[in-house]
Amino acid sequence: MNKGGNRDTAKLLMERSVPGRVGMVAPPLDVPEQELPDAALLRTELELPEVSEPEVVQYFTNLSQLNFSIDTQFYPLGSCTMKYNPKVNDEMAFLPGFANIHPLQPEEASQGALELLHRLQGFLAEVTGMAGVSMATLAGAHGELAGVLMIRAYHQARGDTGRTKLAIPDSAHGTNPASAAMAGFDVVTLPSDANGNTDLDALHHLAGPDLAGAMITLPSTLGLFDTNILEVCRVVHEAGGMVYGDGANMNALLGRAKLGELGFDVAHLNLHKTFSTPHGGGGPGAGPVCCGEALTPFLAAPVVAEQDGVFRLVSPERSIGKISAFHGNFGVLVRAYTYIRTLGAAGLLSISGNAVLNANYIMDGLKDIYFLPYDRTCMHEVVFSADRQRERGVSGLEVAKRLLDYGYHAPTMYFPLIVHEALMIEPTESETKETLDAFIGAMRDIDREASEDPDLVRHAPHTTPVSRLDEARAARQPNLRWQRPE
Amino acid sequence: MTTNGHFQSHYIPNTSEEQAEMLASLGLASLDDLFAAIPGDFLNPPLDLPDPLSELEIQRELAGLAAKNRPMNSGPSFLGAGSYNHFVPSIVKALMTRGEFLTAYTPYQPEVSQGTLQVIYEFQTLIASLYGMEVANAGMYDGATSLAEGVLMACRVTGRQQVAVLDTLAPAYQEVIRTYCQAQGVTIEAVRHWEPEVSEATACLVAQHPNFYGGLDDLGEHSKTAHDQGALLVVSADPLAMGMFNPPGHYDADIVTGEGQPLGIPSSYGGPYVGLFTTKQRYIRQMPSRLVGKTVDTEGRTGYVLTLQTREQHIRRERATSNICTNEALYALAATIYLAATGKQGLKQVAELCYHKAHYAASQIAELPGYSLPFTRGAFFQEFVVQCPAAPGEINRRLLEENILGGLDLTVSPYREPLGERVDRGMLVCVTEMNTKADIDALVSALGEFSA
Repeated sequence: MNKGGNRDTAKLLMERSVPGRVGMVAPPLDVPEQELPDAALLRTELELPEVSEPEVVQYFTNLSQLNFSIDTQFYPLGSCTMKYNPKVNDEMAFLPGFANIHPLQPEEASQGALELLHRLQGFLAEVTGMAGVSMATLAGAHGELAGVLMIRAYHQARGDTGRTKLAIPDSAHGTNPASAAMAGFDVVTLPSDANGNTDLDALHHLAGPDLAGAMITLPSTLGLFDTNILEVCRVVHEAGGMVYGDGANMNALLGRAKLGELGFDVAHLNLHKTFSTPHGGGGPGAGPVCCGEALTPFLAAPVVAEQDGVFRLVSPERSIGKISAFHGNFGVLVRAYTYIRTLGAAGLLSISGNAVLNANYIMDGLKDIYFLPYDRTCMHEVVFSADRQRERGVSGLEVAKRLLDYGYHAPTMYFPLIVHEALMIEPTESETKETLDAFIGAMRDIDREASEDPDLVRHAPHTTPVSRLDEARAARQPNLRWQRPE
Repeated sequence: MTTNGHFQSHYIPNTSEEQAEMLASLGLASLDDLFAAIPGDFLNPPLDLPDPLSELEIQRELAGLAAKNRPMNSGPSFLGAGSYNHFVPSIVKALMTRGEFLTAYTPYQPEVSQGTLQVIYEFQTLIASLYGMEVANAGMYDGATSLAEGVLMACRVTGRQQVAVLDTLAPAYQEVIRTYCQAQGVTIEAVRHWEPEVSEATACLVAQHPNFYGGLDDLGEHSKTAHDQGALLVVSADPLAMGMFNPPGHYDADIVTGEGQPLGIPSSYGGPYVGLFTTKQRYIRQMPSRLVGKTVDTEGRTGYVLTLQTREQHIRRERATSNICTNEALYALAATIYLAATGKQGLKQVAELCYHKAHYAASQIAELPGYSLPFTRGAFFQEFVVQCPAAPGEINRRLLEENILGGLDLTVSPYREPLGERVDRGMLVCVTEMNTKADIDALVSALGEFSA
């Protein structure tokens, strides 16, 4: 619906600006005015908008309504675990005793915060079956960087400097090879076998004195529990390497298996996926790193230690160093703590059980129509291929875009790269059976449309605030900010 | 609640009957059957966590923990050093916690993410403008990681592997740069801010504006020093100070980063914040992190999309400009709302309040016997170093007894070393618009008790 005047979102802030309007009133200066410094240091022009408070509220509120979100739509975006984000978690993070404390204030004035962090370290160690935890990393990829730097530091500390290679599956998230490269490793690709497991022959071939380790996502990005996982860990360890776990898919394993017991040496968790903290349109996240005894001395600084009931921030003995300015995304950590305390062990088991049940229910409801490349029980997500629809001239992307018209967010498309026309669907545990049934119905309807009215699907979406956008133009002639017209 | 072994959480709709029905449709008997792929010895390990709590109980528990911390608004607070106590207008939280913003994912489907995308485009516009730079990205994790990525980008742009870091850069930021560079073959050298050594092998000179100790370095001189050797000038700048002082772009800085926290983001024990990252148009293809660009849809309507994604990890994998994926979009939104609300006049007013109050506090402290201000010959914004007559740690403990949060104790490593021998009892005091004259006078009076 097109709204008139300043409630229309078409105009940008600078285009709404009217000289003389203000959006805030500053308090009066209550100290004697002080001498200003050399005028050469002072700014003479500052191009910021001049808008009143109602305009700001109406503009951003109307902008928000152009978004799909978990609170407004089913959001089965594979690999992103778009579950319900409990409101109490936000409220706890906003308590003045958490939101309004300074990261460098004395430890005696921060004992409650440190105690919470210490308890959360313990919870995450328990969930992953690990010995040490650092929560200084601010997102999943940040955790990956810390983890692979720890592997590098571990080998170097033993004088084992020839380990230059990290093995990474062909199905891995792009962050894995990118993190490995930032940690100075050469990436070698580990193929998947016909069942979607790690190809053990290929791994044996790569295992040698130059192998630093492997980065494994479990369940894999195919949504499958790799039944070769014990053998993968054994082979990597025998070659002298370490196994890194990408915890993006931990929602499937909560209470069902512990990465440390399976043989992983270090892993990160995505608190903004598995532990329900809101994704905020692209962050903040938190990517705590959990590791076994051998790597604990190398964790990123700081970690929280307790002695005689007093909590302190300390730097691990052989730490890779500080990786962020302070102690981690504390507000996110408070939310995750609240979530785990609310659910307990029984709740975490219920999450994994229902997340996996819901994914299999969708798989069963669609596999007669959408091609299922790996026909076996899936974990928290199911990966279909739109190959059959493609034969009728409708691509996976177009199926996904048509879903937007039905009021569902699209699945993850074209990932993992090893599945042609991939559609990766992750329902999570927080959806009702009614929603799953309705979604299955919509996917079946779209398949029918692909036969009966393929153009309808091909040009979708039709009902969204904008239609398909010209991405090629955006990249060819980058327009990355508003400029005053000349 | 648990009935007959079934735990029914208020976050999980499926009842035991619905589970049974769905399992039956799959030809399965129990949830455990779904996990048959997990090797038996490792399946369903003991999980030792405290019992679940109701919302009422969890609120009580967390209120108890929160009460063990001293919030900055509970009394006068003079601690800065990278996280600042500024006023946050009510509309920031009211708007950023709308579910449509809060519970959306990264805007991969632009047709249903125009809200987030347009906000990021606004953010890029306002941050670039604030720093006097041509382009900004969608944000980084925090100020320290943003600067570290700026250093790595400078190495890519110049093809050089040596980095000169001014000793007035925040020690934590120096350490994060070292962490990020440790496996990249980049060498980091700390250089003195009054005579930085830069050679033709130097990729960049790294400065902070205002610097960690509060002063305003001569960025024009740093710029010339760097550019004369073909090196880039990389600056980490306080965005709020830009309401009053010339931005690094004014001095032809090549990459300007910063901590976005002063722009409407609570201190929150150090995070979440948002890293700011800006540069010149000609370097955009070397930038890390997401960029939003303006384009049109099939009907010619304006819209926004993630763009230049071939720089990024999901396309380029190990050859990406960075591994960054999820960043801090919600806090980019907070900063955008803050800048919209404060606007052209408000940001200047807030910066000036900080300036005048800080200079008033400095002048009052300087008059106390035994105290001196070693570095105030140059200009400063809202922070300054005080040489104290007693150990700053001891003074801070005494202040806290009077419910005053003192400044940063500079006698501990690594803050101490760059200060030289004559500042052996330094305290870094920060004064913002949040401190009233009464607060400042209370601080001065309490400090006076230690006067020699």
